[in-house]
Amino acid sequence: MSVRTVVNAAGRSVPLEINGKPVIPFKGAGKHSPEGGKYSPPIPSCRDFPGDGNKVVSSLEEALKRCGLSNGMTISTHHHLRDGDLVSNRIFEIASRMGVKDLVWFPSASFPCNDPVIKYLNDGTINRIEGSMNGPLGRYVSEGRMKGTAVLRSHGGRVQAIQDGEVRIDIAVLAAPSADRFGNAKGTGGTSSCGVLGYAKADSMYATKVIVVTDNLVDLPCFPMEIEGNYVDYVVVVDKIGIPEKIVSGTTEITKSPDRLLIAELTASFLEKSGILKDGVTMQAGAGGTSLAIAVFVHQILKQKGWKSKFGFGGSTKYMVKMLEEGQMGYILDAQAFDLDAVRSIENNPNHIPYPVFNAYNYHSKGNLTSMMDIMILGATEVDLNFNGNVVTHSDGYLLHGIGGWQNCLHARNVILPVPLFRDRIPVIVDEVTTLCGPGELIDVIITERGIAVNPLRKDLIRSVRNSGLPLKTIRELKDEAERICGKPVKARFEDRIVAAVKWVDGTVIDVVRKIKTK
Amino acid sequence: MNRLTATAGNAGPKVRSDCEITIEIRQRGGIDIDLTSKVKTLYGESIANQCNEILKFFKIRNARLRINDSGALPFVISARLEAAIRKLIDAGQEFLPGMIKENRYATAPDRFRFSRLYLPGNTPSMMINAGLHSADGIILDLEDSVAPDKKDEARILVRNALRQVDFRGAERMVRINQGETGIKDLRSVIPNNVNLILIPKCDTADHVKIVDTEIKSIRKKQKTGNPVFLMPIIESALGVENASAVARASGNVVAIAIGLEDFTADLGVTRTAEGKESLYARSRLVIAAKAAGIQPIDSVFSDVADMEALRQTVIGSKALGFEGMGCIHPRQIAVINDGFAPDETEIEKSMEIVIAFKEAGKKGQGVVAVGSKMIDQPVVNRARKTIDLAVKLGKLRGNRISDQSHSKS
Repeated sequence: MSVRTVVNAAGRSVPLEINGKPVIPFKGAGKHSPEGGKYSPPIPSCRDFPGDGNKVVSSLEEALKRCGLSNGMTISTHHHLRDGDLVSNRIFEIASRMGVKDLVWFPSASFPCNDPVIKYLNDGTINRIEGSMNGPLGRYVSEGRMKGTAVLRSHGGRVQAIQDGEVRIDIAVLAAPSADRFGNAKGTGGTSSCGVLGYAKADSMYATKVIVVTDNLVDLPCFPMEIEGNYVDYVVVVDKIGIPEKIVSGTTEITKSPDRLLIAELTASFLEKSGILKDGVTMQAGAGGTSLAIAVFVHQILKQKGWKSKFGFGGSTKYMVKMLEEGQMGYILDAQAFDLDAVRSIENNPNHIPYPVFNAYNYHSKGNLTSMMDIMILGATEVDLNFNGNVVTHSDGYLLHGIGGWQNCLHARNVILPVPLFRDRIPVIVDEVTTLCGPGELIDVIITERGIAVNPLRKDLIRSVRNSGLPLKTIRELKDEAERICGKPVKARFEDRIVAAVKWVDGTVIDVVRKIKTK
Repeated sequence: MNRLTATAGNAGPKVRSDCEITIEIRQRGGIDIDLTSKVKTLYGESIANQCNEILKFFKIRNARLRINDSGALPFVISARLEAAIRKLIDAGQEFLPGMIKENRYATAPDRFRFSRLYLPGNTPSMMINAGLHSADGIILDLEDSVAPDKKDEARILVRNALRQVDFRGAERMVRINQGETGIKDLRSVIPNNVNLILIPKCDTADHVKIVDTEIKSIRKKQKTGNPVFLMPIIESALGVENASAVARASGNVVAIAIGLEDFTADLGVTRTAEGKESLYARSRLVIAAKAAGIQPIDSVFSDVADMEALRQTVIGSKALGFEGMGCIHPRQIAVINDGFAPDETEIEKSMEIVIAFKEAGKKGQGVVAVGSKMIDQPVVNRARKTIDLAVKLGKLRGNRISDQSHSKS
């Protein structure tokens, strides 16, 4: 199966059509102007809904049937229940039993607990997944075993695709830790609390049909509602939507690895010496062990200097909560809570504010939060000599991670990637990334245990740290050092077949992933 | 007939940056390599080439290799294969990977030895980034951290690490085993630019002399250039009694250390946090070292999570006269370096003393006072030492003293 491809603005060969639909090749960061109107789902009428507001139906199967589940439909889910999700797989189990074929699963992310859907990919129930996939699912796709082509989008790109009508959701199945009979729902309460439902908002607004699934039916109104009942068709009550200990980690912990701690220390030191870290700073850091350690070191500096961060953007963890509670952070705006301290804080602290990813990350919007952030700490599987970043494949060519909010976050003022120079023997700094996920012009600083490379485009930053005593190197010096230690790696080999497309934040295609060549 | 298969190295779910290699030497069939590795795509070919080269070096033409690799770097693969081969054949020659140019440095007898990081000699993952943590010394340990049946392969790994891993200016140290195994260790590591040998469980001066003589004889044959210093570790009551003789056993002894786990076991007492049971031994060791003009080095602190307790221990250790301490985790290094370095108050006070002494000299005064305290030559000498130390550690600009004395005159 060969498709016509063109070379996009990033120099990558991409198709003009994916899954039978035309797509636009990447034109450069900030170059594409969208046209036309936003997508609008069909107009509903109160006439068709019970006057007493009770939308509860007997089962998920019943709800799916009433929604008209049929061949080729697009089904969306959110990932707030993370690895404890008991709802998503159920949908396809039911669909398979009903003999429905060629569904498109459109999750905001998938987790190892979703690996059983491979069965429904095999039996034809699901045609393709449009969403991040890791582990066995990634391997399945990389080996060319999925019928359709995967489409990988960032969190912001996902809501952009929904808003722009690139993806039209037929049925959104939204698991909710608390909901009322009208369909108002929130991320807290009950036994499956996940803190917030920030990723489900766009789905609820734009899907043709919306099913809320809860294990904690509360009296109306379920308040404060993150999903508004006016968007909801049916409510299903089940025994359990999730496994609590797999929904949030009881506690997130900073890394114990001395090498990662060294990278974290260097990062904090860079932030301080470059003057990026200052009173009133805005920041975001992830939940990985190194990011958490950076948060701890940054917190110490803020305390010492008597500074306060204006606000931080979540995913929130206990370390960010600590900043908020001890007075070094004004507000946490939050799209997802990673641990129990974060869930507790969001339930109790008025300055810990749920903030839908729809508002934070959508590029086709009248501005968004990411460009207002001073400090953005991100990871990568590979970074190349042009500072291009890869987060979805490993150097061996296999799909292994989702994009998450990574691409969206590249729009922050200072994008900093603390990464090890190599992982075991796998170099992180390479000649050319295996898969391009983010253009180098948006990536400012690479911090490794063996030196810091500042993007030559950031002359201001280079000036600010010139005499800082920090171990500054060029990206090429870093790459050479990695190769001196590990040896020069051979590139992964691929067949022609495209197994996944990587979308940029504006919906254009920045790169594709091809089928892995196995001998 | 000889045994025909042998295995060396480590594999398992928690093992990283290492490999386990099983070799089966056969009569025919050429070389057959079966590689399981997460880096097979990137380095499969390179690993096969490397193994073929080594097999050729040892003149093995027919063999089957089974490699279970978790991202081992080339110096590790080479060490594992050589170790497996040596279990089967009595190879005279060593397969030496190149000595990188960064590793050719010498060290001085009186350099600082505040912190020295212990690395288990058969765990490559801990060696690779060890040089990044700014320890004064790095100890590749062949003794207690290596299981008895792994001594031979660790020796080869440590040798390769000495040639290939950049420890970034840290003093390159090896802790050898006792007795015959220790002599084997020396033959393997000495030709590879070791800066210092730690002699464990050192009870007598003879113990030091045996090691020193062996090193001299190896060096004569090898014609290696840089000096090799000695740091005996005293770990018994007898060793404490002989501390002075041990310290003076050879001109190459630059420091003596105390090992409190074994020492308290020898005494039959429990090692406590406050350390009353070892106070005498530690003081005795400090005095023996200072009398011999060498550095006394304190035992390791074993709770790697408790940095505050470590800080307190360092303060106590410094107060007794110790000039350094062992580290068993990289995070301890900064605390120890910082603790042994002169602090702000010490530096300021030392400067006051030296300046006052200079002023007095100019005025021809014999007696000098700072505040209400009289100072004499030894106090001035110590102050000068502290200032030198502060300058070397970058805690003080070299010309600050003359600036100050100038402004005051």
